Amino acid sequence: MEKRATFSSTTIGLVFVAPMLLLIFVFFYWPSGQALYWAFTLEQPWGGGNQWVGLQNFQQLLSDPVYWNSITRSLVFGVASTAIAMGVALVLALFTDRELRFHRAYRSIFVWPYAIAAPALGLAFRFILAPEAGLLSVLNSIWPNIWNPALDGKDAMIAIVIAFSWKYIGYNFIFFLSALASIPRSLIEAAAMDGAGPARRVVDIQLPLLTPTLFFLLVINITESFQDSFGIVDIMTQGGPARATELMVYKIYFDGFKGLDYSGAAAQSIILMGLVVLLTIVQFRFIERRVHYK
Amino acid sequence: MASIGIRSVRKAYQKNAVVHGVDLDIASGEFIVILGPSGCGKSTLLRMIAGLEEISAGEISIDGVVVNNIEPRERGCAMVFQNYALYPHMSVADNIGYALKVAGVPKEERRRRVEATAKIVALESFLDRRPMALSGGQRQRVAMARAIVREPKVFLFDEPLSNLDAKLRVAMRAEIRRLHRRLGATSIFVTHDQVEAMTLGDRLVVMNAGRVEQVGAPAEVYNRPASRFVASFVGSPAMNLMEGTIDRHGVFVYDEERRVAVPDAVENRLVGHKVTLGVRAEAARLVEAGTSGSLPATVDFVEELGAGRVVHTDLDGLSFAVAVTEPVALLPGTAVGIAIDPADIHLFSSETGLRIDAAPAGAQVEPPLVP
Repeated sequence: MEKRATFSSTTIGLVFVAPMLLLIFVFFYWPSGQALYWAFTLEQPWGGGNQWVGLQNFQQLLSDPVYWNSITRSLVFGVASTAIAMGVALVLALFTDRELRFHRAYRSIFVWPYAIAAPALGLAFRFILAPEAGLLSVLNSIWPNIWNPALDGKDAMIAIVIAFSWKYIGYNFIFFLSALASIPRSLIEAAAMDGAGPARRVVDIQLPLLTPTLFFLLVINITESFQDSFGIVDIMTQGGPARATELMVYKIYFDGFKGLDYSGAAAQSIILMGLVVLLTIVQFRFIERRVHYK
Repeated sequence: MASIGIRSVRKAYQKNAVVHGVDLDIASGEFIVILGPSGCGKSTLLRMIAGLEEISAGEISIDGVVVNNIEPRERGCAMVFQNYALYPHMSVADNIGYALKVAGVPKEERRRRVEATAKIVALESFLDRRPMALSGGQRQRVAMARAIVREPKVFLFDEPLSNLDAKLRVAMRAEIRRLHRRLGATSIFVTHDQVEAMTLGDRLVVMNAGRVEQVGAPAEVYNRPASRFVASFVGSPAMNLMEGTIDRHGVFVYDEERRVAVPDAVENRLVGHKVTLGVRAEAARLVEAGTSGSLPATVDFVEELGAGRVVHTDLDGLSFAVAVTEPVALLPGTAVGIAIDPADIHLFSSETGLRIDAAPAGAQVEPPLVP
């Protein structure tokens, strides 16, 4: 018989899992634990011990209209950018479904925007959408001052929504495209034989069969819009003008690192985390149930 | 009901031609089976009739109207797909009624027609189920119902039975036949299964490599195959084919010890020509080894089919099948003789593969019942 060194499956499993666990612990549980601790204490700006304050940080935040403003802005941003990123991607994918040659190449090309770091993206869009020289400066030459993200809060919000959506359109497009390609061609043909035109087929056949993908992307897009937006906001608007683009994630950074209110920022990040978890649970609970038909 | 005319229809994908000029007239109410090996262009032809593939050249008309540029939904055809193509997110009733819904038929009438159609295919009690919850045979029937409910002028079947098990296939075959008698709509059925083709079709269209090899009634195709390809493709076991020449005495010579007399009418014009001689396994007879005029052979193995048996023999490297009805006890290696009646011989040109006819129609051989 062959001689082999044997390990118990538990030991070997733990050994394999350990590096990943270590990473998750160092970069997720530890900081989360720290944030949780700070959220219930008052941290001195220049160090020197914490004082237990219980829920006071949260009470203060929730009674602050500025904080509620940032929650509203985050929701507006999240809904608008998700709707645009998914809507545009879906339309593009439906138009290109199976008609596109070299779609494997497109797959890798379109995923690149997703790989661009948010600050780099923000910088690019800051130039593209600059009121004096960017693409939309044409509008300003016709109707002076109609577009100015530096002065108009609405314009600023539109600008960051555009930038964020651009990053996710390609990502969503790839998912939609492969989901569409996985719908058997004969189903579409059967619907065509049954008398349904292209638009009717989209509504009756393709969209219902895309629901698992729609749901998945909805969760990803909403969640990312709460988190991945920081770099874009920081480079493009710094939360301005007049807090018009101060999203929750940006306010955490601003209050913590600019305002040196560590405890307030920690409490905010706990609320943001709770909100994302809550949204995900809601989505899984109530939307996913209507999705699986198979 | 509608007649269909197909005029020198071609199909090419870029430079790659898959259908090279097909001509075919289909009478109203006829059941046509297009038979051929995979990749012969039969499905492509069907899809061109349906409007799912563009026609590269030629024209297709339905009821005298050229449909080349008409959308599938306006051609009045219904199609049953090989994988059924049922909508997985809809109930059986919605699947069947989808065409009516698209056509804007009022809800009440829709329900009535769906129920009536479901009754025809015995699906009344499954109307609320999803396709996932059905067996293969039931899904097949939903696909049929979906085609029937529209009362189409033409039924198109794209290998609809190939995903079913053998027993169900036979049952569905009978059902399709019955349905056709009842509805009377012109039907085109594509298959690679020759038993399906023989049993279903009023006429067979045998296709090979993008061309029509023969069009005719099943018995005609079986008894008088128009080419070597048809001879080898239709019939089971496949027709025995031997390559040889006709000598100056008008005798087919395979090799030194194997000669077969051919019908008088053809021998003269063929002297010196290379030909392919074909004999059905059912037409050849096993005789004692050394019987005069018989071909010497050795037994390879015997296939027991229950109702009959097929003795596979070896003619110095060429395998030759002989169907016998009585039980035989032949061990592999036994020397036997094979006797062939000149009337049962099919001759094909070795060059073109086309049939060389003797006198009008030789002896008739009934097609076998077992595949």
